[in-house]
Amino acid sequence: MTTTITTKPPVPAAAAPIRHTLRSALRVYRVEAWHEFLKIVRLPIFVVTTIALPLMFYVIFGITFAGEQAGGVGITTYMLVTYGAFGVIGAALFGFGVSVAVERGQGWMRLKRVAPMPPLAYFVAKVLMSLAVATIIVLAMFTLGALVGGVRLDPQQWLAAGLALVAGALPFSAMGLAFGYLVGPNSAPAVLNLAWLPMAFASGLWIPISQLPTAVQSIAVALPPYHFVQLALGTIGASEGGSPAVHAAAMSGFTVLFLFVARWGFRRDEGRTYG
Amino acid sequence: MTERPTDRKLPGAVLAELLGASKTYGTGGTAVRAVEDVDLTVRAGELLAVLGPNGAGKTTALGMLTGLTAPTTGTARLFGKDPRDLAARQQMGVMLQSSGVPNTLRVRELLAAFRGYYPAPLPYASVVEAAGLHGLDDRLFGTLSGGQQRRVLFGIALCGDPELVFLDEPTTGLDAEVRRTLWATLRRLAAAGRGVVLTTHYLEEADALADRIVVLHQGRVIAAGTPSQIKSLVPGRRITAESSIGAEQASGWAGVHHAQRDGSRLELLVSEPETVLRELLHRDRSVAGVTVTEPTLEDAFLTLTHPTKEAA
Repeated sequence: MTTTITTKPPVPAAAAPIRHTLRSALRVYRVEAWHEFLKIVRLPIFVVTTIALPLMFYVIFGITFAGEQAGGVGITTYMLVTYGAFGVIGAALFGFGVSVAVERGQGWMRLKRVAPMPPLAYFVAKVLMSLAVATIIVLAMFTLGALVGGVRLDPQQWLAAGLALVAGALPFSAMGLAFGYLVGPNSAPAVLNLAWLPMAFASGLWIPISQLPTAVQSIAVALPPYHFVQLALGTIGASEGGSPAVHAAAMSGFTVLFLFVARWGFRRDEGRTYG
Repeated sequence: MTERPTDRKLPGAVLAELLGASKTYGTGGTAVRAVEDVDLTVRAGELLAVLGPNGAGKTTALGMLTGLTAPTTGTARLFGKDPRDLAARQQMGVMLQSSGVPNTLRVRELLAAFRGYYPAPLPYASVVEAAGLHGLDDRLFGTLSGGQQRRVLFGIALCGDPELVFLDEPTTGLDAEVRRTLWATLRRLAAAGRGVVLTTHYLEEADALADRIVVLHQGRVIAAGTPSQIKSLVPGRRITAESSIGAEQASGWAGVHHAQRDGSRLELLVSEPETVLRELLHRDRSVAGVTVTEPTLEDAFLTLTHPTKEAA
């Protein structure tokens, strides 16, 4: 070493970043998403449980409330949407929340960060996975509803309800992401269940909101799943209150809030070393 | 290794450095100083070992050089830039004590993903060759042995054809043969003009491998130099003997810097062997197998990290 601190860089800065071509940049995203998919295909327990749970609940509660009506439609039609929402939200929350909580503490994520992986590729891959799982859940639910629940809808209604439900994976991925940055890797599944299950109940995902105590109904307004499920019910004309615009605005607000929390968590992690 | 003579840094060029870098975790009364006022320079063509016991600040120092953590005060530079700069990161490879590598991905897929992060990666076949991954391409990461997993992580560090490779305790838990293979690869990298930085708490490794050693202890650099320079910091000789005398007792003798027992053998670091030998032979009539040798790097390390009493 010659001198201690110099203002000029020690190596002539020939190092301008070699830019990825658009094609190689896209390939990073594609490979990242493909690998997320492979992880799930090769270790399918997570997906199997997230898909089986709403199907099972739909059958159980559909039988319990058989013959009744809610939101002006038959209960099996109504619950097809509410349990579809239950499945999509659960998958997004857990797919994002638990995996981010676990992975962010691991050397593997640090390694990818210095690699240098574009951080966005990691999140885009998870969002795509979340959408894919949501699609599978909705298709499975609709098949069950049509074959076993005797649900009959117009083709446009099937399509609108399906798209609305799948789109729900986006805001609730943001919510899962925020959770992932708030909770530790070991407590993530427990904390998420503790927050999610009561929230699902109070939002009217299990039992129609109109049949819940008024106290619970007033809480529901503050819960994201309530607004989401009312939007989805609206596509088949079974919404039980509130204008779609209000629900959509509430969902957007929640999503922005969750993304802010997640960004704060991501920044906090960057300034920290683990282990 | 493919050669890229056009952008190869001249031997001796500074690739990365810490200038008066300190890192404090937490604030107020619970603040922990992990690293304090560390100067460290990494040069092209040089194998640098950062040596220290657990908790000495090795990983933090490496974290600051690689941009995983920012110094609380002082400066970290990587290729003359902030270590978080993309252009700087594209030229380095890192092997961390990684956990959480997806067990369900194949070696081929892992390497493909990491090669994809660099615009000009090392050819796939070269990565496999350099990291010794022949025949493992199609294995799932989770089915590999510990040593094989380490090799994959090493291969990942080479994916970007880096000018500078950081390895955080790369040989911890490896068997002797795999360790020697890795050493040979690291030597070849340095000989090809790359910079190599590894942290280790194996003195043998630093001695056998490094061109230069920086000894960290409690977050500070307590010594830096070639292995022989470090060794020369320990004056005198090392005496070992079959003896019943306890380390406690021997450490009280004049001229003994450090005493310890290894089974039936008493090991002493002394400034003047003659005085101590006289004492030893006098106190223990049955002493046997006496050897007097040059201090080892381990002795140097012990002397440096356990400041000894002045010889009376």
